[in-house]
Amino acid sequence: MAVTRFCVRNYRQDLRIFASPSAKISLAILAVLLLTLPWWAGKYLVFIACVSGVSIIGALGLSVLTGMTGLISLGHAAFMGLGAYTAAILSAKAGWPMIACLPAGAVMAALTGAVVGIPTLRLKGLYLVVTTLAFQFITQHVIYHWESLTQSDKGIKLAEPMILGLNLGTYDRFYFVILVLAVVTAVLTKNLAMSRTGRALVAVRDRDIAAEIIGIHLAKYKILAFVVSSFIAGLAGALYAYLIGLIAPDHFTFNQSVLYIAMIIVGGMGTVLGTILGAIFMVLLPEAINALSGPLATAYPALAPRIGGISVVVYGMVIILFLILEPQGLFGIWIRIKRYFKTWPYTY
Amino acid sequence: MGLEILLQLVVTGLAWGSVYALIALGFVLIFKATEIFNFAQPELMMLGAYFAFALITTLRLPFIAAFVATLVLMIVVAAVLEMLIVRPMVGEPVLAVIMVTLGLANVIRGLTGLIWGYEELQFPKPFSSDPLVVFGAVMNQAEVFTILATAVLLVAFLLFFKYSSAGLSMRATAEDTTTAFLMGINVKRVFTASWAIASVVATVAGIMLATFTYLEPIMSHAGLKALPAMILGGMDSIPGAIIGGLIIGVAENLAGFYLESYLGAGINEIAAYVIVLIVMMVRPYGLFGTKEIERV
Repeated sequence: MAVTRFCVRNYRQDLRIFASPSAKISLAILAVLLLTLPWWAGKYLVFIACVSGVSIIGALGLSVLTGMTGLISLGHAAFMGLGAYTAAILSAKAGWPMIACLPAGAVMAALTGAVVGIPTLRLKGLYLVVTTLAFQFITQHVIYHWESLTQSDKGIKLAEPMILGLNLGTYDRFYFVILVLAVVTAVLTKNLAMSRTGRALVAVRDRDIAAEIIGIHLAKYKILAFVVSSFIAGLAGALYAYLIGLIAPDHFTFNQSVLYIAMIIVGGMGTVLGTILGAIFMVLLPEAINALSGPLATAYPALAPRIGGISVVVYGMVIILFLILEPQGLFGIWIRIKRYFKTWPYTY
Repeated sequence: MGLEILLQLVVTGLAWGSVYALIALGFVLIFKATEIFNFAQPELMMLGAYFAFALITTLRLPFIAAFVATLVLMIVVAAVLEMLIVRPMVGEPVLAVIMVTLGLANVIRGLTGLIWGYEELQFPKPFSSDPLVVFGAVMNQAEVFTILATAVLLVAFLLFFKYSSAGLSMRATAEDTTTAFLMGINVKRVFTASWAIASVVATVAGIMLATFTYLEPIMSHAGLKALPAMILGGMDSIPGAIIGGLIIGVAENLAGFYLESYLGAGINEIAAYVIVLIVMMVRPYGLFGTKEIERV
């Protein structure tokens, strides 16, 4: 009894976003740490935090589509690219301010998402996978070859991000823009997951025919999932464009799409916390590998051009090992650790 | 003149199409037997070509010997991969399975880059580089050999599946795994065999592709176009995979030549994907795929 009291939550607790007081306390500590990050962390760490933030937003977008609704997309980076290029073109060529460019990028991606969503309504499983793959390659191609608009691999340089006359062009400042948007996206995604709409999406994932029979409008919810997901992806892409300042076609390739799927898998499918953990993990992983393989490259200069292979191999291995050994992802590990301490003297 | 160019384009297209068809055939074989979608198939193709390259250049084996040795090597590699990585995933959700093979693809691509580097390598040419002139059209011998080799291989597989008991048991497993198991077919061995055969066809495709292009890790991206080919034909249809591959190969070559001035350079690179998008809108199960009937 003493044990179960800690493990079982009642229905009312389940309905809350944060189930227990301790969750609130740890969240408050996290909030303080995040808000003061630029003051105690170095420039490099702030930059990594910015990239993580953008990746978290992007991964949350994919988790709505793939984690919640079960529609597998290999074209997520294409949606991010659409958002990024819309923002960049409006910023560089039309001179729009950032406050207009970010939503414009997101809306552009969302509209495309709706268009892509329609033909995919009839498709399932692997047919859908390959269709989104086709969308990815076609978008990539158009971005690369529509030179008059996108300047191909020369890239587009964005105007400095300004809000109300304040220049946010440094990582220290832009960090807060990303932080706010990442938190808002995370809360909204969590909220969506707990709402009627979110439950409908999960029903579509688990058994779409059964969902239709109990009165869920399949087409509506599938397209909704595409629109929400690509809106978030477009926002992430636009933010990324402002963060980097100069975007080129190779920021939004097929490998990036795979990377985003890897994030939600490593994190734990369909959970917001898991998605966040997974995104951070997949951002830190290549950094860690580079830190380790850098000295190797200086020690053996002959190997230097090939050293990039190591990170590709490790990245592949991480995906394989997670899927075989820990299908619940980082979220599953987190839950296990938590349960271990909660039930402490009675653990088995 | 116009006709000769058309003939040349079609032959080149058929050669590329044969490569796609062989890779797509590997996809279908594995998918039918194990319900697993092997995204690492293009990487197996690439690995096969690199093995052959290594055997020819470092061990100085003649082409035919290197070819056979590579096939044996690749069968072993595929069997090991199947047992270690893929078998635990049988019956898991689609996404998990796709990601495992995508991870595998990364590992193979990374290792290839580490060992052989990322620069283009010239594959030792087994065929004479003199062009073949037929009806005034100039053809690359390697391309013609690719088409012939594919045809021979396909006939061999047709006979294998129709008459040999191993082929029959593979077909039975593809039809209904549980029943096949109950009838005494060693399903595990069939799974391994399907990976071995898929790696054989992929290796042939890789070596053939390397004889008329270059050897580089990017090769696997060309192999990825076998995906639209396979989807075009229908995921569970072997003739569909072959026809889909040939259609894509020819179509992208024709598009590259005739549509380039209208749609810009490089249209051939995405022709395959455009075609598959259009076909998917009209026929969601491909040209020859069976429509899945779902029951709750």
